[in-house]
Amino acid sequence: MSFLSFFTRSRSAPVARDRLQLLLAHERALGGGADLAAVLQKEILAVISRHIAIDHDKVVVKLDRGERVSTLEIDIEMPEPTFARH
Amino acid sequence: MSKVMVVTSGKGGVGKTTSSASLGAALAQAGKTVVVVDFDVGLRNLDLVMGAERRVVYDLVNVVQGDAKLPQALIRDKRIETLSLLPASQTRDKDALTEEGVGRVIDDLREKFDWIVCDSPAGIDKGATLAMRFADLAVVVTNPEVSSVRDSDRIIGMLDSKTRRAERGEKVEKHLLLTRYDAARAARGDMMKVEDVLEILAIPLLGIIAESPDVLTASNLGCPITLHNPASPAARAYDEAARRLLGETIAITAPMERRGLMSRLFGRKAVVA
Repeated sequence: MSFLSFFTRSRSAPVARDRLQLLLAHERALGGGADLAAVLQKEILAVISRHIAIDHDKVVVKLDRGERVSTLEIDIEMPEPTFARH
Repeated sequence: MSKVMVVTSGKGGVGKTTSSASLGAALAQAGKTVVVVDFDVGLRNLDLVMGAERRVVYDLVNVVQGDAKLPQALIRDKRIETLSLLPASQTRDKDALTEEGVGRVIDDLREKFDWIVCDSPAGIDKGATLAMRFADLAVVVTNPEVSSVRDSDRIIGMLDSKTRRAERGEKVEKHLLLTRYDAARAARGDMMKVEDVLEILAIPLLGIIAESPDVLTASNLGCPITLHNPASPAARAYDEAARRLLGETIAITAPMERRGLMSRLFGRKAVVA
């Protein structure tokens, strides 16, 4: 630790407390049940693949649990224009 | 009316076995008949911490499977007459335990003892769920550290859903035992404070055990700390926690920050240097 950082060091305990409070609020809501992100991903992809042939290796799923808003981001690479026609 | 108490945590290495031995010894020293049961099948250590490792003949698995009678497997402590140990098997794994068999052993122990202290293995698998299955109350052992607090939260959820009491719509009394607490680091803001952990886990506090070399010394010697060094802060904290379990009202005193001469003179600098 440098001389300067000794005086400006921010405390880690409040960070630990805040991270835990946020995380546990989400985990308790889930109640030890299925992983919501995994369920959503599976069902959303099932709907989309009814219309588009998706390469499952080209699907990126990101989840960000925020204090007020959580976002689930599903990034699907569209194949070359071969839309199925019904 | 006997009580079945599980000492649990989710995370390993937080002090379940030490706390089981210390609370068991303190309850016995307070005049209760106590058995401490090791549920960590395959990784038994309670026998070592309680100094009975050379006296183990039969174990919990032998009794559950009917290969030995309960009195044959119980090891009576040589120092405290009312304290007994039921060791775990070292050679089997947790699948050797069945719910029905454990239930039968617990029922038999209820006939003989005032307190049945179940030392849970780490994790949330069969060993841990069976250790908590028949509990009337639970001591959740937690370190003021993020992974321990998260795992404790998970275990609290399981106590409220996976125990027999919970399934019958009854409550499992839950108590928080905060271990390895370092008052100096908490005061500096480098470790979560007692209030932080209490606010997050929201269960009543049973006691605070300060980080202390006395605890290691006691397990090195195989003697519960309440017996080996009753004047030490950790032993007193365990003794008070045990008496709170027995219904006494004792105010919880937070461990004091012990500051040496250097840190008194130079404040924080000496601590960091």
